[in-house]
Amino acid sequence: MEWEVVIGLETHAQLQTKSKIFSGSSTAFGAAPNVQANAVDIALPGVLPVLNRAAVECAIRLGLAVGGRIAARSIFARKNYFYPDLPKGYQISQYEIPVISGGSLAIIVGQGEQGYEKTVQLTRAHLEEDAGKSLHEDFHGKSGIDLNRAGTPLLEIVTEPDMRSSAEAVAYAKALHALVQWIGICDGNMQEGSFRCDANVSVRPKGSEKLGTRREIKNLNSFRFMQQAIDYEVHWQIATLEDGGRIEQATVLFDPATGETRAMRSKEDAQDYRYFPDPDLLPLEIIPEWIARVKAGMPELPAEMKLRFAPDYGLSAYDAAMLTVSRETAAYFEDCVAAAGRENAKLCANWLMGELAARLNKEGGEIAAAPISPLQLAALVRRIADGTISNKIGREVFDALWNGDAQDVDELISARGLKQITDGGAIEALIAEVLAANPKSVEEFRAGKEKAFNALVGQLMKATKGKANPQQVNELLRRKLSG
Amino acid sequence: MPLNLDQVERLARLSRIEISAADSGETRDQLNGVFALIEQLQAADTRGILPMAHAVELAQRLREDIVTESDRREAYQAVAPEIENGLYLVPKVME
Repeated sequence: MEWEVVIGLETHAQLQTKSKIFSGSSTAFGAAPNVQANAVDIALPGVLPVLNRAAVECAIRLGLAVGGRIAARSIFARKNYFYPDLPKGYQISQYEIPVISGGSLAIIVGQGEQGYEKTVQLTRAHLEEDAGKSLHEDFHGKSGIDLNRAGTPLLEIVTEPDMRSSAEAVAYAKALHALVQWIGICDGNMQEGSFRCDANVSVRPKGSEKLGTRREIKNLNSFRFMQQAIDYEVHWQIATLEDGGRIEQATVLFDPATGETRAMRSKEDAQDYRYFPDPDLLPLEIIPEWIARVKAGMPELPAEMKLRFAPDYGLSAYDAAMLTVSRETAAYFEDCVAAAGRENAKLCANWLMGELAARLNKEGGEIAAAPISPLQLAALVRRIADGTISNKIGREVFDALWNGDAQDVDELISARGLKQITDGGAIEALIAEVLAANPKSVEEFRAGKEKAFNALVGQLMKATKGKANPQQVNELLRRKLSG
Repeated sequence: MPLNLDQVERLARLSRIEISAADSGETRDQLNGVFALIEQLQAADTRGILPMAHAVELAQRLREDIVTESDRREAYQAVAPEIENGLYLVPKVME
């Protein structure tokens, strides 16, 4: 039977506020245990939560960025469950009326020819507080509790079950990861747990409208693990069903060491959480003027920029999408084009997505801190565009700039004598030399072997150390041979 | 809808309280007494009335995003049953 995979994602993004969502404790990462947990965070009796304006503003920014509805009035609810890192015995969350509903996110799945665009619908996004951390290491058979993280503001962003493969799920997670950083609401640091995903995965016979029973994979904190975990889970569910088994709704954990998922506990139903409106918090009201103020302070969004890039710079939709994967990438590109000239935009894009992206990928590091500045890359692009150097020599120049051997493109070209040989006379003289030294190739070419021609071009490029214009070499050589 | 003993057991587990077999019958009867009251309330016609989220007709006041708290770990942990390296120690809970 052919199966269809159905995936929905729930993402917890820690919001970049200085203080907690309901208290004035610091949210800075990496402090000594429990020094950033005050009376509210550790749930001493008699304390009251007071909502942080900046956390609400982060939710408004996301709502604007995804085109969701921002509720004029939303409600905080208590989600009741017992766990030692949740000292109140309930998490303050939003249930029936979340701050954001609806909206969507455009994603690109795959690369190049196989790449395609897709829109993932969002269900909702709601504000809530993070729990503390349980450390299960050796404390004489006990667990250690650190409540520094308790009360850190979270925005939980929930999608519709719109994704049909692990690749689509990862593409969505990457797009959301880029967006929350783009609009400045989350630092996106996955190692520190600032951006965590849960994946709801089910399978159904292809063509069926009914959703299969889902299992929820918890706490995926890297894109690679997300891909592995979903692939394993899908494989397991299909194998189970094909063996005549049944899928039980469950929460599962992914073990990176084994690459497997395993059931954690039987899933609690929503009714087991006994949600009810939190009497400690009044309804959150967001007036249109506030939304307008936040909107005025928003950066240009990736989707808008993507639409602008294609016509402005003569780029394909794919190029435009790749150049707007992050705010830093887009800024680098625009700075580069500003210096290189709009007519060289495509060449800038090629170098950015080609050589620069490959280097960053290989050596690690962020584009904003790349060893080559946008202005240096622009200078390089200009010299290729005006024919001073060949594309191939361009790579040598790129290397030198990357390694810090040179700062100035023009100085480097003249110091190393990299200028392209475009003097027809000089090239013809070289051709005569090469033909004389390779009579066998000449003979083979005249006998109809095209390969021999390429061999001669190779010899010529070698003789010029790659500095001849390949197109010109081709033309002159062919004329000489046929003449 | 009266509760049965299984449901009482489930509630006890969710609430992390222990109810002995001897007490569970009485607990069920008391809870059913409460449910009878709720049923009476539910008889009221609430069509066209928006559910109320809070008894007070006001909106949430917001605080500015400023760190106002300092480290008072020592004071808080002075009353904790067990601590180690700044952590609160609790019976091991693993899922």
